Amino acid sequence: MSATAPTGPRAADAPADGGAPQEAERAAEFEALVAAGESVEPRDWMPDGYRRMLIRQIAQHAHSEIIGMQPEGGWLTRAPSLHRKSVLIAKVQDEAGHGLYLYSAAETLGVDRADLLDALHRGQQRYAATFNHPALTWADTGAIAWLTDGAAVTNQAPLCRTSYGPYARAMRRICQEEAFHVRLGFDMLLALCEGTPEQRAMAQDAVDRWWLPAVALMFGPPDTETAGTREPAAALGAAVSRRAIAWGIKHHTNDELRQRFVDHVVPQAEQLGLTLPDPGIRWNDERGHYDFGPIDWEVYRGSLEEDSHTARRRIAHRVAAHRDGAWVREAAAAYAERPTAPDAAPDRTTAGEGKPTG
Amino acid sequence: MRDPATTARPAAPGARGTAPGDALARHVRRLGDDALILGQRLCETVTRAPTIEEDLALSNIALDLIGHARVLLTRSGQLDGSGRSEDDLAFRRTEREFENVLLVELERGDFAVTIARQLVFSHYAVLHYTALADAADPELAAFGTRAARESAYHRHHADRWTERLGRGTAESHRRMQAAVDRVWPYTAELFEEDELSRTLVATGAVPSVAALHDDWAAAVTAVLDRAGLTVPALGPQPRGGRDGLHTEDFAPLLAELQSVHRQYPGGSW
Amino acid sequence: MSQDQQTTTTSWEVFLRPRRGLAHQHVGSVRATDPDMALAHARDLYTRRGDPLSLWVVRSDGVHAASPAERDPFFSNARHKPYRYPEHFAPLTRGEQDDA
Repeated sequence: MSATAPTGPRAADAPADGGAPQEAERAAEFEALVAAGESVEPRDWMPDGYRRMLIRQIAQHAHSEIIGMQPEGGWLTRAPSLHRKSVLIAKVQDEAGHGLYLYSAAETLGVDRADLLDALHRGQQRYAATFNHPALTWADTGAIAWLTDGAAVTNQAPLCRTSYGPYARAMRRICQEEAFHVRLGFDMLLALCEGTPEQRAMAQDAVDRWWLPAVALMFGPPDTETAGTREPAAALGAAVSRRAIAWGIKHHTNDELRQRFVDHVVPQAEQLGLTLPDPGIRWNDERGHYDFGPIDWEVYRGSLEEDSHTARRRIAHRVAAHRDGAWVREAAAAYAERPTAPDAAPDRTTAGEGKPTG
Repeated sequence: MRDPATTARPAAPGARGTAPGDALARHVRRLGDDALILGQRLCETVTRAPTIEEDLALSNIALDLIGHARVLLTRSGQLDGSGRSEDDLAFRRTEREFENVLLVELERGDFAVTIARQLVFSHYAVLHYTALADAADPELAAFGTRAARESAYHRHHADRWTERLGRGTAESHRRMQAAVDRVWPYTAELFEEDELSRTLVATGAVPSVAALHDDWAAAVTAVLDRAGLTVPALGPQPRGGRDGLHTEDFAPLLAELQSVHRQYPGGSW
Repeated sequence: MSQDQQTTTTSWEVFLRPRRGLAHQHVGSVRATDPDMALAHARDLYTRRGDPLSLWVVRSDGVHAASPAERDPFFSNARHKPYRYPEHFAPLTRGEQDDA
């Protein structure tokens, strides 16, 4: 996938072609802009590495929203009350919407959504591995909303201030909506915890299974010296994080965000009367944070491997939907391109304020 | 329009007495069942639509339909004095107690079937709910106003896609025509009246659906014409849904819908 | 595999009037094959919450753009002309800050 040569039509914000003679001067201007906490906008000059890092991160984020529809979407037909069914539909459709906001943001960097989807379908681009964890019971939809969306909000809140303007704007919209997801997940689990013993057991079981995927996979691999083992991968992860922080794409390390999430969620679990499956969780007065079992590379890799078979199902589901829909997309395109002009479109009105009819 | 012989069919076990409140309750419950089962079918399409945009569009419509079902089922439980909640009615009745039209329970099929079913149903729904806005029951009337507005958007969505699929590619035309042919026989049941509904219509409690048929046919025919599709010939018209006599597609749908709720007796959600 | 979308969907910029009295604001973009579809997608994507009053979609390639980085002289009009601002002039009331 080329970051600079889109074949399809691009957004109005798409970057202008470069051809700048004073590369070093522009690089200095760019670094100064980022250092000043200003937004980088699509038509600004930017280093190739910055553009590539953004495309990779935004695409991964968009893919996570789209794949993330599946574990919950599978329970839409089985929701145990009509109220919960409505709420879950609203949540799953928000995820589709978030995916679309993010693909749009990525397109301002000169890539095409169709290429990004292809890369997802071919396994060339990643998504949050958390969503490869299987959703086995109804309570899983609550645990997902509470824990993984809670983790997502922790990750995403700082991204509302990320240096790339279109990404930051998409994230502000997303964060506003995600807040509702965390609340509804908590609310759903609360209802189960206040219900029959069997319901409470279902809730505890779901939280037992979703804790590690949320705390390990949603925040990415360990990227600080303390959390890393002697792994060369840890050093690499730390280097990538440092670069992203310098460019203002990220503001915190994975491990900092992980700690913030644990600090948020432990008191909420107490309120639910549910146990988080980590005997290492306890308040540390000295640090002013909760201690928790270390998420080292072994734990991280183990979580990934455990879910590899569900990962194949997620991609197969996505590919099947795309393949089965090809004839529909072709039809819409052929309709738009057909030679005879369509009859006056019934719902289209001239709206521009510059026109007297507006 | 209605085959008089149907009144001799076995009554559904859930059918209650014939006091006026009960009759209206049952009528309203039937409409609620239509919305619930169609909404359930649309839920199946989410994450499987041709584009992410369409996942969003179809889930929006599903959300409206489940919303309609909630109002109607709740009202039904109030009208018959049973105090049954929307969830009692949705999750604790058996196959034979559901009285939705067969159209809404037919298997999902491809995107063309989804659109064809939405086309015929949404055109009917707009007409019916608009008429319902004049119902004597104030809650039903308020529902009619809201539901007609929402259904008008569903109709716009279906019209738009019918035209694009009908006039898109050779394949989309073939699939769309096949889908219209598939759902068409099941549309007759939408406009049928039995003794129960005729009584309610006679007292002015509810609008006559039979009276809406010609407007519906004209509107749907106009869309099919614009889409270059053929209005299917009238063949056999399957019926039975209003008496709880379903297709074989129905029991698996209901089992799925009710599974979690029934696994946790006494549960609160 | 992606050929169908690449060759046929167009990008549309979406503008929303969130409240009476406000101008339409750019909220993002959608991809669609034609204006009706673009409007429908924009409706589904950008009006799930709130009570928006009006929606526009404009083909992205119909937007003509310029920015200082590319065309500095184009934006030079605003610079070095302090007399375009009220505070360049004597205050209307002695001892008060400019608030014209």
